[in-house]
Amino acid sequence: MNRFGYYDPTSVQKAVGIAADKAEGRYLAGGQTLLPTMRLRLNAPTDLIDLGQIADLRGIKVDGSSITIGAMVSHAEVSRAAEVVSKIPALAELAGLIGDAQVRNRGTLGGSIANNDPAADYPAAALGLGATINTSKRKIAADAFFKGLFETALSTGELITSVSFPIPKKAGYAKFKNPASRFAIVGVFVAQTATGARVAVTGAGAGGVFRVKAMEDALAKSWSPQAVRGILVPAGDLQSDLHASADYRSQLVLVMAQRAIANAA
Amino acid sequence: MNDVHVKDKPDTKGKTATAPAAKSGPLGARIERKEDVRFLTGAGQYTDDVALANQSYAYFLRSPHAHARIRGIDTTRAKAAPGVLGVFTGADLPAAVGGLPCGWLITGTDGKPMKEPKHPLLAQGKVRYVGDHVALVVAETAVQAKDAAEMIDVDYEALPAVVDVRQAATKGAPAIHDEAPDNVCYVWALGDKAAVDATFKHAAHVTTLEFVNNRLIPNAIEPRACNALYSRHDDSYTLYVSNQNPHVERLLMTAFVLGLPEHKVRVIAPDVGGGFGSKIYLYAEETVCVWASKIVGRPIKWTAERTESFLSDAHGRDHYTRAELALDKDGHFLGLRVQTSAAMGAYLSTFASCIPTILYATLLAGQYTTPAIHCEVTAIFTNTSPVDAYRGAGRPEATYVVERLVETAAKETGLAPAEIRRRNFIRTFPYQTPVALQYDTGDYDACLDGAIELADVKGFAKRKEEAAKRGKLRGLGFCSYIEACGIAPSNVAGALGARAGLFEAGEVRVHPTGKVTVFTGSHSHGQGHETTFAQVVADRLGIPMDDIDIVHGDTGRIPFGMGTYGSRSLAVGGTAIVKAVDKIVAKGRKIAAHLMEVNDADVEFRDGKFSVKGTDKNVPFAQVALTAYVPHNYPLDKLEPGLDETAFYDPANFTFPAGTHICEVEVDPETGETKIAAFTAVDDFGNIVNPMIVEGQVHGGLTQGIGQALLEGCVYDKDSGQLLTATYMDYAMPRASDVPSFQVDTRSTPCTHNPLGVKGCGEAGAIGAPAAVINAICDAIGVKDVEMPATSERVWRAIRAKA
Repeated sequence: MNRFGYYDPTSVQKAVGIAADKAEGRYLAGGQTLLPTMRLRLNAPTDLIDLGQIADLRGIKVDGSSITIGAMVSHAEVSRAAEVVSKIPALAELAGLIGDAQVRNRGTLGGSIANNDPAADYPAAALGLGATINTSKRKIAADAFFKGLFETALSTGELITSVSFPIPKKAGYAKFKNPASRFAIVGVFVAQTATGARVAVTGAGAGGVFRVKAMEDALAKSWSPQAVRGILVPAGDLQSDLHASADYRSQLVLVMAQRAIANAA
Repeated sequence: MNDVHVKDKPDTKGKTATAPAAKSGPLGARIERKEDVRFLTGAGQYTDDVALANQSYAYFLRSPHAHARIRGIDTTRAKAAPGVLGVFTGADLPAAVGGLPCGWLITGTDGKPMKEPKHPLLAQGKVRYVGDHVALVVAETAVQAKDAAEMIDVDYEALPAVVDVRQAATKGAPAIHDEAPDNVCYVWALGDKAAVDATFKHAAHVTTLEFVNNRLIPNAIEPRACNALYSRHDDSYTLYVSNQNPHVERLLMTAFVLGLPEHKVRVIAPDVGGGFGSKIYLYAEETVCVWASKIVGRPIKWTAERTESFLSDAHGRDHYTRAELALDKDGHFLGLRVQTSAAMGAYLSTFASCIPTILYATLLAGQYTTPAIHCEVTAIFTNTSPVDAYRGAGRPEATYVVERLVETAAKETGLAPAEIRRRNFIRTFPYQTPVALQYDTGDYDACLDGAIELADVKGFAKRKEEAAKRGKLRGLGFCSYIEACGIAPSNVAGALGARAGLFEAGEVRVHPTGKVTVFTGSHSHGQGHETTFAQVVADRLGIPMDDIDIVHGDTGRIPFGMGTYGSRSLAVGGTAIVKAVDKIVAKGRKIAAHLMEVNDADVEFRDGKFSVKGTDKNVPFAQVALTAYVPHNYPLDKLEPGLDETAFYDPANFTFPAGTHICEVEVDPETGETKIAAFTAVDDFGNIVNPMIVEGQVHGGLTQGIGQALLEGCVYDKDSGQLLTATYMDYAMPRASDVPSFQVDTRSTPCTHNPLGVKGCGEAGAIGAPAAVINAICDAIGVKDVEMPATSERVWRAIRAKA
């Protein structure tokens, strides 16, 4: 691990200020991706800006139509939070499926969304629920936020402060885990929202998390596992790697979608 | 350890005709492991816990290429880097320093010895796999050593690489060693080919299978590590190393590589966190550290990083096999014909050559009377980490061949899996197989019947039906394995090419107060010897477990040792201890006879007391011990003082554990995901000293076997030769959640040629499980074969290909 500066500001404003000041400063949330890559010398930021002391990035709030979760809330907290469990059980379940207990205790919502790992779980929930990503500068719709593999709409130094998830009528998540890493080989989040049915897929896309329009249209007509029968995402749009080929992922997207629909609550 | 916990609950498992019936005393008791207190409370002393005064740190620069010529290495910048004490490359090694030796010479079918290209301690001229050791950097800190290693400029000329054992010996494949231009190390065969071919001519049915036995990465929880010290005080070396057999390590290192006087090198393998075979071998890293420690004038410590372990530990398996079984019309096996290509990796590791030969082809009779067997093995170099023994070592591969064939033959001939086995079981012992081994004893029906009952095979049809209602496919798979433990005797092994002995040594030192220290050449890296061996000694000497300490893993304290591998420790190492104990008792009897003024022949030893036969006159063991060391009233004219005996034991034969495993799987046809619904193992390990430890060994072995069958697959990129599964993100190790709560039981036919009647249990699980799992999957989805690891995608594809 290379040498780096370390800061632990107490406000979003201070954190953003320090980041602006540094050549290659990086925000440190749960550190579940950043720290291992630094240890493997794949990443060498000049400075780490630890977000752990910023109270404004914590907490879970419910208003009438949505739940807003602070960027520094851990996966474990989300999986157990009574308001999440009661209002969006699929989101709590998704958080409980991330990694292992250690990862869930350290890893954060904001860190996961900002990293946009193509096999991470949270992007599927954010896109599947049509969430709004609140940052130090603005509000970004999930549909405009996820740009590709590890790429987001965040500009340099922009910090995610919280994510607002609209409370759906029903939502479900089904995940087919990589048996080694426990990342999603395919994860499908489905939701019946005020604006219609949404289906978001993680783990499978050649360009990261994506929506399946054909399934959404079918679900708009009839919310049932049978409704999406035969709707296969073309293998050409999907990832092929050591763990799964594109056509297997295509099959899994369908199966996971059907299971998510069946389990939606 | 002050107290020993014996579970109150009587042992309800392992009820057999020969099990000691409700015997009190330590033998056969579920005694909790003495060593676990220190392991579980952080008091273990592993190599990385050893801090030597003024120690420095090593980092190895490794090859990023699978195959490349080294045009030049410039270490100037690295040598000038902060904290650097020395940088060494292959060019710095004196000419007298040899390559790493291979301990078993295989002679090919052409009558020529196997090809043994030099395995240099640091690359010389070429690198041959990703992770090949190129340079050693020694620095004040581990980070400084790593930083400096990044400043070494190696000018590589990349060469084409070949990583697949099926490709490496084909025409046009790149030559890895000049000595073996076709990449063939040897072609070896066992059995009567003409006799086998003849059986196929009049066979009523032939079952044929072609399959991969997947390459596995060992993954001991403690990575390899060493700390090497040179002492000017007496011109000696001390090496702490995470290793399974420190005496062998020392012998190979001093006599074959560094040319150091053996008596000037002490090798200590302290607590070792798992080996599974991967720590049997002499590796370059610790050898270079020993050599460099004198030059640097500081102790040198090295601990592998996890990915370094993935890249550089000797791997296991990696076979490609075509196998055919000839049967008569009644399902009797007539002949077995096997051709195997076995990867050796880039260099020959310490015992690489004997794994796919001596420990593989000899096991192909399995539990059956197959009269004619022939096996041809081609050992092939590949641009990968070397391949050597890994839990089971040859025997899982042999079992996989036999038991996949047998189960497939059952399906093809319409016989039930149990019935086809029963029709072919060996039932008279000793039994001479057509592949060199002579089984001393066994009762294969007992384990099969026991497993069928425990697995509730009768209820399977109902469970399958119930699963089908949930849209799931249930399958049942059998595996009746045989294994050979405690490879021996030395002279026979020597005639087969072994370059080492296969005995074991034990010393029993009785202290003046009657306390006992046992020095064993066996090594424990998780097996629980400190408990099991103490149980054996406590039973024989009639003294408390707490009065006995077992010492292992130190060439400075132990007379000699061949270490622990091949499930040999209790059968061979335990027997050496028993023989030393017997000498103690024999001498003690003479001392006691003198004290009681009777003839030696009138003294018997029981329950820790020497007594005059037929009387209540006796002397306790401790008094005899004290007399031996304070020999005032002592037959000094006839007997030496002291009570300390050593024995070396070279077994007359292997031991032959056997058993039947039954796996029940449930496959999700939509995803191909396979869950182990139940796993039953009924094993015959001969007599059992500690059933709890045996069950633990079985559980661990089964988990590794299930790992091989479902999850673990080492993958090198076929073009670049890069290891794609070099972290736990990509290499799937089995977790507790991947296995069911095992149902295990034992039957016993005691080994006929060691005094304990024990056989060995460490590897059985890993040997039997893979075939049982794959047989179950094939049964569930109705296909002939699924390649290991049977990942969800492979199973899904197999279902789809069928439909």
